[in-house]
Amino acid sequence: MTEATVINEVTTDTGLSREVLLNLGPQHPSTHGVLRLLLQMDGEIIERVEPHIGLLHRGTEKLFESFTYTQIFPLTDRLDYLCPPSNNLGYALAVEGLLGIKAPERAQYIRVIMAELSRISGHLLITGALPMDVGAMTSLLYTMRDREMVMDLMEMISGVRMHTSFCRVGGVREDLPEGAEARILEFCDIFAARISDYETLLENNRIFLARVENIGNITGEDAIALGLSGPNLRASGVDWDIRRDEPYEIYGQVEFDVITRQDGDCYDRWKCRVDEMRESLRIIRQCIGQMPKGDILIDDPKIAFPVDKDLLAHSMETHIHHFLLSANGFKVPAGEFYSATEAPKGELGYYLISDGSEKPFRLKVRAPSFVNLQALTERTTNIKYLADVIAMLGSLDPVMGEVDK
Amino acid sequence: MVADDMPLAAVLQPFDQRVSLDHSAADMPCLLVPPADLVALCTQLRDDPALRFDFLSDICAVDIFPKTPRFMLVYHLFSVPHKWRLRVKCCLGDPATAPTVIPVWTTANWHEREAYDMYGIHFDGHPDLRRIYMWDGFDGFPMRRDFPLRGYRDDYNPMGVERPPEEGAG
Repeated sequence: MTEATVINEVTTDTGLSREVLLNLGPQHPSTHGVLRLLLQMDGEIIERVEPHIGLLHRGTEKLFESFTYTQIFPLTDRLDYLCPPSNNLGYALAVEGLLGIKAPERAQYIRVIMAELSRISGHLLITGALPMDVGAMTSLLYTMRDREMVMDLMEMISGVRMHTSFCRVGGVREDLPEGAEARILEFCDIFAARISDYETLLENNRIFLARVENIGNITGEDAIALGLSGPNLRASGVDWDIRRDEPYEIYGQVEFDVITRQDGDCYDRWKCRVDEMRESLRIIRQCIGQMPKGDILIDDPKIAFPVDKDLLAHSMETHIHHFLLSANGFKVPAGEFYSATEAPKGELGYYLISDGSEKPFRLKVRAPSFVNLQALTERTTNIKYLADVIAMLGSLDPVMGEVDK
Repeated sequence: MVADDMPLAAVLQPFDQRVSLDHSAADMPCLLVPPADLVALCTQLRDDPALRFDFLSDICAVDIFPKTPRFMLVYHLFSVPHKWRLRVKCCLGDPATAPTVIPVWTTANWHEREAYDMYGIHFDGHPDLRRIYMWDGFDGFPMRRDFPLRGYRDDYNPMGVERPPEEGAG
């Protein structure tokens, strides 16, 4: 069913009016992945939007229940595949919460640097893709060029561009390679100027503004009731950022501003992300400056693999621990823990229930994109025409990997 | 993260022992509520000016098969003005039915559809209770603990497990 289906024809004073059902997606460049929207329209006026999701459903939560705690990291990468380090971090915090351990300080800094770099990477995509969806093609080419620098940094740090799986329970996999800190700072300098370029390119662009300004307004109250979080919520004037209000890792030790906007329209959601990238740069710079030397993984052979791989060749005990950890994983005490982190898309929650074994009894992902996408169905938002749906969808920034789990 | 000064005792009063408070978890306090009182409790948690749990983070369904009562719904609440978190748990038998909390928090709509799709929990009063991830003709509830990881064998899933002769989950 690719063509519009006429479901009703009404003759009015102004002529013939047709009520149609239009199928948008699942293969459509503006749906940002495999999302299918069923649109009920009167002419070009939207009457109802019905998202059909699940086309990318991989049963991640079912898989969690048959994987050991270490094996789960690569699965979390594939939720919000634009920002894997944020997903890793949220999951690691849930397991560490139940184990009652904390990663060494240096590891926490590395995790935060990675998470903020990935926030930039995620925001860069939508900063370019939203204007492209509404007709300003150029911006995506620039943002993708700059996103490549972040990908290079990821590759330098973890060896992988996208699915880094760099976190471990109790720390990170490896220390930063030599020269990484200088490269990250260099990136910060280059990128700070580039953000202004996007603003110059788009902020006074009349065509872009006509498509996003005063479109899809969501009031703060509605946004909270809809469960929006992250930039989508802050664009509606709600001043809440988990990094500041419930600081995890070392977010309490760095200074940054929480960006809020007032109108809650598509433009504000876009602008909020642009400004957040600046704050991310501030956080990264402070992290590099403050980061102490030291361990990157807790010293507990029952939970963490040995950092010094030479020990495996010389110490029988290390060898046995390594074997048991690889073959069986580690046990997590029975209990439950909900870890909430500020992922680029909003509140990323991992609710872990353990029965004391090596595998989670239940691990629920509170995926921010899943909740944010629901706002598209809401009739209180100010979307009128078919073209507004595209702007609204882009500005909500759902990532289908996370929506469909 | 635990707010010790969260005035929860006052909320419990009208429920006359039916709602109990559990402080054992490390991350946040937890309220245990029977399904009959769920909506009244949630409304009060949202509207009480001292609590203001206006944000529903998540609804998580849990299957504790073969123990009984088999199902459990876990609601994670957050208060944007106070920055507090609270967990509300509601145990359900099999077949599981719970009242919808959409009138309290609009966002519950998709969460409840997910719980229905994955666990077959019915929500009374839900305006649009359909599958959300799986397709409409799908048979069974994949996140239940007695549903095989590889799924049941059919034309599209030749490596699946043979379906038992008696239909368990419908």
